[in-house]
Amino acid sequence: MSEIDITGAVCPVPLSHNEQIVMGHGSGGRMAHDLIRKVFLPAFDNPALAAGDDGAVLDLPAGRTVVSVDSHVVFPLFFPGGDIGRLAVCGTVNDVAVMGATPLYLTAGFILEEGLPLETLRRVVESMKQAADEAGVKIVSGDTKVVERGKADGLYVSTTGVGILPEGREISGRRAQAGDAVILSGPIGDHGIAVLAARGELGFETTVQSDCAPLNGLAAAVLAAGDDIHVLRDPTRGGVATTLNEIARQSGVCITLNESALPVRPEVASACEMLGFDPLYIANEGRMLVILPRAGADEVLAAMRASKYGEGAVVIGEVSAAPAGRVLMKTPYGSTRVVDMLAGEMLPRIC
Amino acid sequence: MKYLTEYRDAELVAGVMREIKRVTTRPWTLMEICGGQTHSIVRYGLDQLLPPEIELVHGPGCPVCVTPLEQIDRALAIAARPDVIFTSYGDMLRVPGSNRDLFSVRASGGDVRVVYSPLDALKLAQANPEKQVVFFAIGFETTAPANVMAVMQAKNLGLTNFSVLVSHVRVPPAMRAILGSPSNRVQGFLLAGHVCAVMGYHEYPPLLETYRVPMAITGFEPLDLAQGILETVRMLEAGQVEIKNAYARAVTFDGNQPAQKMIQQVFMECDRAWRGIGVIPASGWCLRPEFDDFNAEKRFDVGEILTQESPLCIAGQIMQGLKKPHDCAAFGKQCTPETPLGATMVSSEGACAAYYKYGR
Repeated sequence: MSEIDITGAVCPVPLSHNEQIVMGHGSGGRMAHDLIRKVFLPAFDNPALAAGDDGAVLDLPAGRTVVSVDSHVVFPLFFPGGDIGRLAVCGTVNDVAVMGATPLYLTAGFILEEGLPLETLRRVVESMKQAADEAGVKIVSGDTKVVERGKADGLYVSTTGVGILPEGREISGRRAQAGDAVILSGPIGDHGIAVLAARGELGFETTVQSDCAPLNGLAAAVLAAGDDIHVLRDPTRGGVATTLNEIARQSGVCITLNESALPVRPEVASACEMLGFDPLYIANEGRMLVILPRAGADEVLAAMRASKYGEGAVVIGEVSAAPAGRVLMKTPYGSTRVVDMLAGEMLPRIC
Repeated sequence: MKYLTEYRDAELVAGVMREIKRVTTRPWTLMEICGGQTHSIVRYGLDQLLPPEIELVHGPGCPVCVTPLEQIDRALAIAARPDVIFTSYGDMLRVPGSNRDLFSVRASGGDVRVVYSPLDALKLAQANPEKQVVFFAIGFETTAPANVMAVMQAKNLGLTNFSVLVSHVRVPPAMRAILGSPSNRVQGFLLAGHVCAVMGYHEYPPLLETYRVPMAITGFEPLDLAQGILETVRMLEAGQVEIKNAYARAVTFDGNQPAQKMIQQVFMECDRAWRGIGVIPASGWCLRPEFDDFNAEKRFDVGEILTQESPLCIAGQIMQGLKKPHDCAAFGKQCTPETPLGATMVSSEGACAAYYKYGR
């Protein structure tokens, strides 16, 4: 037996795992700290997060505190007009904003799948930073867990938003009243169709971009222009039809839509025709419904049209007393039909 | 949208509706054959615009609704197999079998996927050679060309892991069954435009001769439907018994002959059970024996199937035009789109689902 060469390193140096997520990134140990230091801290730079404690200590201005949580799962992670990061920030910012509150802070919880390219995570985090900057909110607390490959679909993000609601302001789905007007901030169905098309299963391509956007600026413009806003809502999953049904039931009123007034882009309308979908049930991530007394509608409409993300605002319907809890649609033919909630999963028709 | 917007023009529709009112002097009962037409009529509220003398009854032309329970139970059994990727048009997933649906099979671990075309299922078979890919080939004459194309391509490609579970039905035998029934109320038909686009309308003159009912080939947009109704009412009022083509932009007398030829190569006529109605002779299409290798019924032995319909459901009478959805005691109560007791409450083309969705 020849002499053993012991001049080289006998102890293998561990790999640094800079390319993809491994289980160790969720261990709470050094790798987890590295991930925070290299990916999250540089993007979400603020004193509360940088303090490195288990929770963020926040100074809140006067008013009531609004808290809202939303979990985000989307496939694919990146789609025309947005990505899961922008969605995770905008979705929660919008939920706080449509309460009439000013969103200030977010927390973010990440579930990462083992094997996720680190570059993907970086892009998502960078997109969250840009959306948070645009919305003027800070991401003050975060958490990361890693699950085994195959136990998640790339990554999931759950965000919680904190905002301040001024005393005396009450925006609620319970406040729609007979005589109110219903305003919609822009064309419907863009997000749902953009994501569906990005999956590449439709057999056709479309130029539709997701409308994913932070709406707190638009909400502030609405609240500044109208002193008696009854309801603000963002019609996300289930679409405008489902959201208006929720409001009609909460308020015990009837909402009647004017089919000719509903804004739908021609590309979205065509995609829906081909797939057997109704744009009224397709998700939006950057649209807002505003319900307020008819007398104040023109002023609010003008303010919305002058605001970013509200350029396409139109009055789409009105509120009446009966039949309570129903949403009706006036067709261009002079007939009327009921617009119900989405029953379950939206299914394409056979032919 | 060209070819759509102009057929949704409110003023043109109003003009035809005025003409229908003008020519109508007596009560008439018309049946629209196709579920897609039922959906449009209720969605656009066209029935509200008709004179009270005109009653529309809804025909059996919803492929999801008439697929027999036994075949759905067979689909559920095949879809639950671990070696199978089961593919289907979307609206079949919620159709209740005897005790569950394809959604519950998927939730229990079955690989059930929605495809937009059987050719997508074929691609899945090529991409997953270790799996058996099954496509649920249901529908009327309209979906038959794509379904036979998938089988032909599978044969040409020599695929051994692709098969179809066929439950095809045809319109003319169903019309014959409705017209031949002693309780028939239908006096005129709006023929299904898309079925005629494939098959033409050379199959209908014998029905016309035997049963003496006027028919108008009708499309699916508001103006198409209004035109079809106007043509039929005009014939009824004048005592004419003819077939008028009110959907000439899509339909010719002979139809799509290459498609018909392909269908003949792959399918043959067979008796078929219609859910809620029963067996109608020669009303279905089945795979020819030379395509047995692609027949999921032959490939998978799922044992004996014992079916159990809800005793409350009257879908069969609704699809024969004998009853309307509200005549059913379970409508909107035990039976809703979330918890359907029968298939007419599932597909957006089913009369019950259309009535429920649009609040009738």
